[in-house]
Amino acid sequence: MEKSIEEINRKIREGNVRVVTADEMPRIIGELGEEGALEEVDVVTTGTFGAMCSSGAFLNFGHADPPIRMERVWLNDVEAYGGIAAVDAYIGVTQQSETRGDEYGGAHVMEDLVSGAGVELHAISRGTDCYPRRSITTELKLEDLNQAVMVNPRNSYQRYNAATNSTDRTLFTYMGTLLPNYGNVSFSGAGSLSPLQNDPKLRTIGSGTPIFLCGARGIVVGEGTQHSPGTGFGTLMVSGDMKQMSRDFLRAATMQHYGVTLYVGLGVAIPLLDLDMVRSTGVRDEDIGVDILDYGVPRRSRPTVKKVTYAELKSGRVELMGEEVKTSSLSSYRFARRVATTLREWIERGKFELSLPTQRLNSTKVAMPMKETEPMPTVKEIMSRMVHAITEDESIKTAARKLLRGDTNHLVVLDHAGRLVGIVTTYDISKSVVQEGRGGLVKDIMTRQVIRTTMDEHLDIAAQKLERYNISALPVVDRDSRVVGMLTAIDLGKLLERRWKR
Amino acid sequence: MKLLLTYSKRKGGEPIIARIVKETGVLITVERANIDTLAGEVLIDVPDESARMICDLIKSRGAEVRILEQGIVRDENECVDCGACISICPKDVFYMDHEWKVQLRKGRCILCGRCIVACPHRALSQSQ
Repeated sequence: MEKSIEEINRKIREGNVRVVTADEMPRIIGELGEEGALEEVDVVTTGTFGAMCSSGAFLNFGHADPPIRMERVWLNDVEAYGGIAAVDAYIGVTQQSETRGDEYGGAHVMEDLVSGAGVELHAISRGTDCYPRRSITTELKLEDLNQAVMVNPRNSYQRYNAATNSTDRTLFTYMGTLLPNYGNVSFSGAGSLSPLQNDPKLRTIGSGTPIFLCGARGIVVGEGTQHSPGTGFGTLMVSGDMKQMSRDFLRAATMQHYGVTLYVGLGVAIPLLDLDMVRSTGVRDEDIGVDILDYGVPRRSRPTVKKVTYAELKSGRVELMGEEVKTSSLSSYRFARRVATTLREWIERGKFELSLPTQRLNSTKVAMPMKETEPMPTVKEIMSRMVHAITEDESIKTAARKLLRGDTNHLVVLDHAGRLVGIVTTYDISKSVVQEGRGGLVKDIMTRQVIRTTMDEHLDIAAQKLERYNISALPVVDRDSRVVGMLTAIDLGKLLERRWKR
Repeated sequence: MKLLLTYSKRKGGEPIIARIVKETGVLITVERANIDTLAGEVLIDVPDESARMICDLIKSRGAEVRILEQGIVRDENECVDCGACISICPKDVFYMDHEWKVQLRKGRCILCGRCIVACPHRALSQSQ
């Protein structure tokens, strides 16, 4: 048995279409079988509601008198991209306010507009013969704009890796707060309710597919940026009219010490054309694999700590390194369900018809990493190979002498096998002079928890360590903790200065 | 019941809590303490029936004390029930109910403030 999209749309118009949300499908298939499900159900609605940083909107403000060709544009102090014609701008959700930092950004501008609040537009221009005006400041509401078209380059990730943290300090990431020592797991995505999970072959989701977008009827533009269905990470570029949107499905957010983002509610209605579509909409959370990655490793490819499923993540706990660790979601499953049920109601009431893509999306491609013509320099390129060392049983006076002779501020302390066991700085020695009675040996004053780097560490990572721990040098160690060099803030400063000058 | 003590060490640094435990035999749980050289702020949990007596004793020893009834407060207009607060809370204050709505067990809250900054929607705050 097969169904055509026309047949389904006729049922929608006649008011006898049978629509279910994707989370109901496994049960329906279980009860009726695949054939029975195809006979019984016409449309499966999906939904997701989560942080989607790659979002924004094109706004057209209309012309002022005298007219201005806006070159730089701010909305409530959040800069929008003005390099498009005279009175158009693109506001991106992650752009931060110039006065309020990450507590207010492009996402908040969009939420304010959708909520009906006034937003201050400020723009400047150098002035031309046809556009003489040089600046403008005015307050606008959404209704005052000619167009406010949300265009999100990358939304609706098919699934998303979960995050944990192996380091001994709390990390603040776009995946939320990650506690030290695998203290928690954070994940995102609606799992089996997620649109692309229900049509991984992209048979019914493609350019031109009508969708639910933040409470408005939107459309799939085409494949999202970084679309990588070949690795299970398909994405969509979507668009919709902000004037039809509701704050119920569009919310600004701030990830602590990371920045601003927008929570987007997005749903797709999937027509059950044949058994193949029944099977793909029968997907369960147990079927969707998710890697838990270690965000403590500051690289593009973060190591997988464990492979789990959405079912395990949603249970609230997973076992990690022999311990039970709490999991929690950044995206809202409750709101995702609300998206799917709202879309179901639209269809049941005949307000929303389906159509097949005017152009299919690639369902096998894999996103590429960035090609880098100048690889990021590593520690070994600028470290000093001259290492001034001492052992812990030598006297502080010897240490002072070595510091003076070496014209340096740092002495590494080595054990008999040449391994790093501590560090002594000129500051430690000055302190020992002031605070008498702490003993006269290096081991009495040295710092034992030495922050260190390796030859292959990228310089920005090493620089971050210097900044975070407020220190001025890092011993460079090999695998056996033997010191092979020193990286100082001075060396780093010189290099960074050269880079900024370019 | 949770009590928040604030005191200054200028008065000689008397071990207030230890002494009260010793004198009354009431078991006091220290849930959070923030003490530096000059002042201290300590969150304690005491049995409800002894709370009034403990409060009086603390005051008589020169420290300030107030009862924390509320714990963390949620702004329903901002919360989207994502659950980001759940895994970072050291006291399991938050949990997901069967309808995937985040629920709070306020009595467990020790006002550590971790969830306030972790909430992407700024929906959590300290009321007192």
